Amino acid sequence: MALLSSPHLRGPNSTAGIMQLVLLATLPGFLALTWFFGAGTFYNILLASVTAVTAEALMLKLRRRPVAFYLKDYSALVTAVLLGLALPPYAPWWIPVVGALSAIIIAKHLYGGLGYNPFNPAMVGYVVLLISFPVEMTQWATPLPLLPEGQSLLGPITALEHIFLETPLDAHSGATPLERFYINQIYQNEPLFTEARWAGAGWEWVNIGFLVGGLFLLYKKVFTWHVPVSMLLSLGILSLFFYEGTYAGGGSPVFHWLSGGIMLGAFFIATDPVTSVASRRGKLIFGAAIGILVYVIRSWSNYPEGVAFAVLLMNFAAPFIDHYTVPRSYGHPKSRQGVGGKG
Amino acid sequence: MRKLWNIPGGIHPPEHKVQSLGQPLASLPLPEELVLPVSQHLGNPAQPVVEVGDTVLRGQLVAEGRDSISANVHASTSGTIVAIEDRPLPHPSGLDGLCIVLKPDGQDQWAQLEACEDYRQEDRRALLERIQAAGVAGLGGAGFPTAAKLRTDQEIRTLIINGTECEPYITADDMLMREQPDEIVQGALLLSYILGEPGEVLVVIEDNKPEAIAAMRDAVVRAADARLEVVVIPTKYPSGGEKQLVQILTGQEVPSGKLPAHLGIVCQNVGTVVAAYRAVRYGEPLIERITTVTGEAFASQRNVRVRLGTPMAFLLKQHGYDPARAASLVMGGPMMGFAILNPDAPVIKTTNCLLAPSRQEAPPPGPAQACIRCGLCAEVCPASLLPQQLYWHARAQDEDKLQSHHLFDCIECGACAYVCPSQIPLVQFYRAAKGEIRRRNEDRQLADRARARFDFRKQRIEEEKEARRLAREAAQAEAQARAAASATIATDRPKPEAAARSAKLLAVAAKAQQNAAANQRSRLERNLLAAEARLEKLQLRLKEIDDASQEGPLLARIKEAELACQAVRDKLAALPSEENETSKEDS
Repeated sequence: MALLSSPHLRGPNSTAGIMQLVLLATLPGFLALTWFFGAGTFYNILLASVTAVTAEALMLKLRRRPVAFYLKDYSALVTAVLLGLALPPYAPWWIPVVGALSAIIIAKHLYGGLGYNPFNPAMVGYVVLLISFPVEMTQWATPLPLLPEGQSLLGPITALEHIFLETPLDAHSGATPLERFYINQIYQNEPLFTEARWAGAGWEWVNIGFLVGGLFLLYKKVFTWHVPVSMLLSLGILSLFFYEGTYAGGGSPVFHWLSGGIMLGAFFIATDPVTSVASRRGKLIFGAAIGILVYVIRSWSNYPEGVAFAVLLMNFAAPFIDHYTVPRSYGHPKSRQGVGGKG
Repeated sequence: MRKLWNIPGGIHPPEHKVQSLGQPLASLPLPEELVLPVSQHLGNPAQPVVEVGDTVLRGQLVAEGRDSISANVHASTSGTIVAIEDRPLPHPSGLDGLCIVLKPDGQDQWAQLEACEDYRQEDRRALLERIQAAGVAGLGGAGFPTAAKLRTDQEIRTLIINGTECEPYITADDMLMREQPDEIVQGALLLSYILGEPGEVLVVIEDNKPEAIAAMRDAVVRAADARLEVVVIPTKYPSGGEKQLVQILTGQEVPSGKLPAHLGIVCQNVGTVVAAYRAVRYGEPLIERITTVTGEAFASQRNVRVRLGTPMAFLLKQHGYDPARAASLVMGGPMMGFAILNPDAPVIKTTNCLLAPSRQEAPPPGPAQACIRCGLCAEVCPASLLPQQLYWHARAQDEDKLQSHHLFDCIECGACAYVCPSQIPLVQFYRAAKGEIRRRNEDRQLADRARARFDFRKQRIEEEKEARRLAREAAQAEAQARAAASATIATDRPKPEAAARSAKLLAVAAKAQQNAAANQRSRLERNLLAAEARLEKLQLRLKEIDDASQEGPLLARIKEAELACQAVRDKLAALPSEENETSKEDS
């Protein structure tokens, strides 16, 4: 008979179950990416996943941890899938491989493995790639609506040629809406925008896909609404403030919401519990700060997109936010500012 | 409808209450022996007042509470005391403790009981004494001595009768409310009389007990007292916690470290209320209770009236317990109960449930995975704590952080561990951390006391030394005075000793000063010698080197050494000469 501590009943939750839900929720966004940009994302995910799981197994072995037990938590797979979704389609094969290796080995296991990593592994992998290989990382495939007459998306075989033989994409690549916007500041007559309904052609649907997946996770109570809502709100308010009307100024809130990696970032990256903050109040601050940083980086930095940087910067600040946002608990008049102190 | 407030967090685990309610309330035959622990309650253990070989009657006092935070223990049947010794206790520690072992004679003969027809004729203090004499302690699970809880000097405005029973599996209070609703109501009125007639008396029941609610409502109608009200609250674990109940009913929170009485509220479990009522009305001590025997490892699951002291093994046998099927044997509910290691332990005042789930019902938890800080625990915590942070700090043994995250406000309800996807035994960590902090505080207190003792001793020794010195001086002065007096008589010379002593003192002081000056001089001379030697050595090296690049630094060092020599010489020159000193002394 086992000597057990209460409670003697356990609920149905499991870490693997949560991770599986997250994987499932990436499906709409993944489908939109595939519809508008072709099979490139699928290969990214495949390469990143194989690399990540192998690296995870290897690191566990090196750290003398039970390999099968930890692999079953699916966390490496989630990191790989999120990284694969963020990478440009048809990137050379070593891009997802290097990204996944950085994510799993440097960002995760060197810090102690699942639960101990201060930075979101997928975003670390992404930023390592963005800084090291800016050319490869800014070559985005042309979305379906903008392809010249008579041309179709790359077939799966041609895609493999691009990935492994690194044949150039030529007409199949172009700037992302954020880049185009960043260069021109006015996006009136660009087909990238005139072909679109709200933001950038293809991109808006990718973001809507991730939004749908995120709402599903919210419904399943995988995370609370605080981080994504405050992040989208702060980004929306800031963009509204600098918005000067149609096709001019800093871009409308809708443009910002449906461009780049916002929805992926808001619902799948910023909500990563390990690198996020604990309390609700803290989550509101955390999300809002990411939204502000995204706008600042997009508008006034050398990079057209800033979700990865914003999330990593706020990961850095998470313990600090935690320190000052301990919630008021039962029977206490109000939460104490600065947990360590007496005041 | 009464306004109800919501509590943060909480969970809805499967209730599992139906299976133990299928059969009517049963009684058990007498076991071979009854084991009565002297500590069945929260507080100080009782003191045995019988000896081995004594014959006792049912309801006779066998151990007496030492003070107000203690409870009397009575014989649950008539028989002979066969032993007073350490036996296995139903306690999380699994340790043995002092028990009075009673061998029943089968007569089950009552002791003389003192009934009370109308308690309203009695003084409140007398009623409290009757409740205390009957050994009534909280039957909900905590076992706090009831009289102590009722003996409050606060003005009580609300009396809460707790029939919530929010933990899964347990149905003892449900059964009691169905069987004895009128006694609960009478008991509630009695307690309200004792507490100075609070304005409202609320019987609180979760909405998953419709029969109990109906029975209590009927009883309240029969009692015809406007202050009485049956309040039905939504089913949610842990709504039945005292603090949570206060929040649900009043929207107020019991301040940390305070009792509900601080808010003018007293909360009593329905079973306790009945026990208090019977103690006053019939003079009946607390010698039995209703216990739920449930879990799939039992052939029959039901509620039984059990005499306190009945060995659990007897109860298990009576209900067809199959140890091969059982995942564990638990006293209390599945959320807050504790594992019973030795089934020889007896049923005590707080045994509201004996749970033996099968492995399918309560699969043993898998190995704990890493905490991913998902925050599900924080979502369900009824005290609005951050369990994930507490876990983190408990592992790091960061006492300050644990305290500032209010570890001691954790009620150990287990909701966090229930929802944890990584199967981390969170409550176990918190309990261990609390124990560790308590132990460390005790150690600190001991150390403080030891330090205080040491300081005191040191001070005392100093004082004694000082006192001896003063005594010596006084004696000396006295002796001198005597000598001086005799000298005066003899020679009439004015205090020669005193003059001689002052001269001697002056000489000693001058000598010391001279010594100090001499010491300084010799020290400076030594320094000068050393500095000169260093300079010489460096100059020699300058001659030897042939590498021009090293010359620069060496020259710099030589210059430094020269400066050092000069400084010492200056200091020596500044010293007054010995001749001067001596002459000054002489003058």
